[in-house]
Amino acid sequence: MTPSTGTSDQLTQPGPSQTIEAVPVRHPGRWVAAAIVALIAAALIRSAIENPNFKWDVVGDYLFDERILNGIVKTLELTFLAMLVGVVLGVLLAVMRLSPNWLIRGSGWFYVWVFRGTPVLVQILLWNFISALYPTIDLGIPFGPSFIHLNANDFITPFIAGLLALGLNEGAYMAEIVRAGIISVEEGQTEAAKALGMTRAQTMRHIVLPQAMRVIIPPTGNETISMLKYTSLVSVIAVAELLYSAQLIYAQNFQQIPLLLVVCIWYLAITSVLSIGQYFLERHYGRGRLRDEPVTLFEQIRSGWLGRRASPDDLLQRGAAGGAR
Amino acid sequence: MAEPIVKVEGIHKSFGRLEVLKGISMSVNQGEMFVLIGPSGSGKSTLLRCVNHLEKIDAGRIWVDGDLVGYRQAGEKLHELRDSEIVDSRAKIGMVFQHFNLFPHMTALENVALAPRIVLDRKPDEARRRASEVLDRVGLSDKVDEYPARLSGGQQQRVAIARALAMEPKVMLFDEVTSALDPELVKDVLDVMRDLAKLGMTMLVVTHEIGFAREVANHVIFMDDGVIVEQGAPEQVIRNPREERTKRFLGLVLEH
Repeated sequence: MTPSTGTSDQLTQPGPSQTIEAVPVRHPGRWVAAAIVALIAAALIRSAIENPNFKWDVVGDYLFDERILNGIVKTLELTFLAMLVGVVLGVLLAVMRLSPNWLIRGSGWFYVWVFRGTPVLVQILLWNFISALYPTIDLGIPFGPSFIHLNANDFITPFIAGLLALGLNEGAYMAEIVRAGIISVEEGQTEAAKALGMTRAQTMRHIVLPQAMRVIIPPTGNETISMLKYTSLVSVIAVAELLYSAQLIYAQNFQQIPLLLVVCIWYLAITSVLSIGQYFLERHYGRGRLRDEPVTLFEQIRSGWLGRRASPDDLLQRGAAGGAR
Repeated sequence: MAEPIVKVEGIHKSFGRLEVLKGISMSVNQGEMFVLIGPSGSGKSTLLRCVNHLEKIDAGRIWVDGDLVGYRQAGEKLHELRDSEIVDSRAKIGMVFQHFNLFPHMTALENVALAPRIVLDRKPDEARRRASEVLDRVGLSDKVDEYPARLSGGQQQRVAIARALAMEPKVMLFDEVTSALDPELVKDVLDVMRDLAKLGMTMLVVTHEIGFAREVANHVIFMDDGVIVEQGAPEQVIRNPREERTKRFLGLVLEH
């Protein structure tokens, strides 16, 4: 025991705090691991530069080829339209699955079961051959008169078949995402809205959906990025999107590797742009959730870069929190 | 004698097999403050929630401002009201909850201005002006643009009271509004309620703040096990309870 020299008066009067100048803990294991990773990365980069089979000059020649650029446009069209079908269908199915009526609820469940339970590649092929199943398509009242009469072979082009397959399949996944979002909003919110005299539709629009968006947006962003890549599957039914356009070129010049690299570069570029868009959407719908306003993208990158090093302010705050306990 | 603002007649309510309300009757006149006390699970909150039809009653009748709650009487027959009709009657009743239930994605001002704008069809400018007036009344004029997450519990609860007041209700329901607050924040909220009582707002209050009830209430109701055990002026029910159950409850609450 050390003898106490302070009187009670001195104890209550905080003196000047001593600054901390401690030697930080060393982590030799981390340094070794980092060195190994750096070595492997250097070897990979060197082989990419020195291996002539990469044919970077050919990659450069085709990167902005008109056929490739047209393929990108098709890919983006397919991604956008299929996601549109998926989101609209997903909201509809989610509301169906939350319905008090068991037949409506059951139908929603059945749809999700079928479309999630079969491979999307098989669905694409099925839609492509739909004219064998239904040679003509009649739109009208079931068991009643029909208003529109279509020849399936003319109407279901490979593009439409691919779009239908991707969109209808996406609807099943979006349904689960939207449902999770709606369920995540606390019941007290609906109750407060009701008590203020809002109708069910007003409550959905002003209170539930804006809060559900916080839960819905991140997985929907992932779905969009997945969709962008899944569109490459429709190359099997000869839709000239990005991958199939490249395949058409290497069928003539046999430069498979460089052309597939071109395809990868473009997919990477587009998914990167989509990720940035998703970040800003998430920030918008996350407002009011955090005590501190979310930092900008730039600030986040910067703090991620230096994040491991705590600033003196952080240390002081942590010390204060610990002291208050 | 004028019509009572809230009239409850012989209501029953069960959740599954559990009967929570077993025949409750009371009537609250314009400008009165009724305080409901009693052990948890005695049915106080359920009674409050029945008054604005957040819960459906199984038997009995409730009138608010002369209108039957949840139903329309045509001759002998009762017709269930449509959603849109229930909405109209709810707009006349303000309610404040234990856990505030503020809308987290809106600022304090937006929380208060939303319902007048979309339910009462006020112009956005007017709704916002009125909202800041009401927020000023509960002492939060400097917090109008804050999101709920940045407010203390007491401030959040005062925003919730402002939100209900902005609808200019005929009666306000308070469901244990101070139970989730830190002790030092309770006073601010009770002060706001005291002011409301002075201004003649009709109020139905479920609370565990016995001191507050004794000081402000016109009428105290002690409930236990789904029935009204004892009621009357606060001096009588709280100072000199007649019933054994009331004495036991007050003894437990006031002891510590």
